[in-house]
Amino acid sequence: MDTLILGLPVAYYIAMVAKVLVAFVFVLLTVAYATYAERKIIGHMQVRLGPMRTGWHGLLQPIADGVKLFFKEEIVPSQASKFAFLIAPLVALIPAFISFAVIPFGDNVTIGGYTVPLQIAAYYDQAGKQVFDVNVGVLYILAMASLGVYGIVLAGWASNSKYSLLGGLRSAAQMISYELAAGLAIISVFMLSESLSLHKIVADQAGGAWYAFKQPLAFVIFFICSLAEINRTPFDLPEAETELVSGFCTEYSSMKYAMFFMAEYANMITVCAVTTTLFLGGWHGPAFLPGWFWFIAKVYFLIFVCMWVRATYPRYRYDQLMRLGWKVFLPLTLVNVMATGLWVMFINK
Amino acid sequence: MIMPLIKGLQITISHMFKKPVTLQYPTERPDVKPGFRGLHALNVSHDKAKCVACYLCPTVCPAKCITVEAGEDANHDKYAAKYEIDMLRCIFCGYCVEACPVDAIRMTEQFELANYSRADFTYTKDRLLEKK
Repeated sequence: MDTLILGLPVAYYIAMVAKVLVAFVFVLLTVAYATYAERKIIGHMQVRLGPMRTGWHGLLQPIADGVKLFFKEEIVPSQASKFAFLIAPLVALIPAFISFAVIPFGDNVTIGGYTVPLQIAAYYDQAGKQVFDVNVGVLYILAMASLGVYGIVLAGWASNSKYSLLGGLRSAAQMISYELAAGLAIISVFMLSESLSLHKIVADQAGGAWYAFKQPLAFVIFFICSLAEINRTPFDLPEAETELVSGFCTEYSSMKYAMFFMAEYANMITVCAVTTTLFLGGWHGPAFLPGWFWFIAKVYFLIFVCMWVRATYPRYRYDQLMRLGWKVFLPLTLVNVMATGLWVMFINK
Repeated sequence: MIMPLIKGLQITISHMFKKPVTLQYPTERPDVKPGFRGLHALNVSHDKAKCVACYLCPTVCPAKCITVEAGEDANHDKYAAKYEIDMLRCIFCGYCVEACPVDAIRMTEQFELANYSRADFTYTKDRLLEKK
């Protein structure tokens, strides 16, 4: 008989801590090497080499960057709202990381007789019965994604600089307008799977076609909206060098700036993981390799696509960005939701 | 509208498989083309600078970066007692070379001109004579 703590066996807590650590390290490493990969990939797409100096083909560049950022001078503008200024990078960073709690990385694995699902916020008991699972995973992710905007507005407001304030507000306006379309795009997915649980959504795609093929419009719009929501190129208006120096993080330096950067990349990984889960069949793939491998491979492929897009398209103007969000994507997703509804009602039943 | 977007992606991905044109600068040296206008040098003839201090180069210089002072040697010939170029102002137009009637000044292939202090950017006659 297992020792119980608060009604749950010790193994539960061990599995939880292990999963959190593994996921955290995975995201951190991917963030570090995504910065490197971005410079390399865009470099090669522009017929350059990218980083070459630190380590073999610049492989140690992320470590060098990290060390450099730690030792740079921290500047807090005079009359900045100190507490808000210091807390803003954390507010931006934490939601980016905690979205990973509900993403299923792979199939259940058996460790020491226990069935452990590769999803942080899920637990099965010894008999393999589900004890605990987040059945509103998609809602949770949407909620977390919209929390990140607080960090950005806070950073802009706390900096005591008009540039930062404007950058923060633009960023907020942009995020809100794209979140709507992204949310509506997801709705058509859970109309098909009839569940908000990411586990169920992945399981639904196992036998038949991925939702990317059943819902191509939703897939494309969700991915583009996600790029806009995480301020990636071609929608990186908060960074717009031509108009504002660096948007909301103009006044940030050293590690605090790096945290915004980390948040941006962590967000990119989250978005790619969510897209994989919702539209690309999650961890499903040919059986000769484990599920988590397929999951990571799909996520990395989507990250590559993000970088590819960045290397290709010029930045949108602010009014173009707004027009695209409100006048193109929002109506399109609404039509898609209606069409999916009709299909589910009359054809699928 | 969609096709041009896809075509753009196609172009960037095709570039990815081309050989990078980057020059790994300190280890690989660029090969300087003929006619490159780098640092100035004073030409030497019979162990002394060819310059006869005719003042054509400071006159023609659009950046006014050349200072010449004439002197008289033992044979009562005019020579440049002082010849200085302020490299912080030079725009490397090469007019001084074109204006020189005795072919006393030319431009070398040397392009690494970074320095730590402003004084080091003033190239005196001695420094200009050292150049190959």
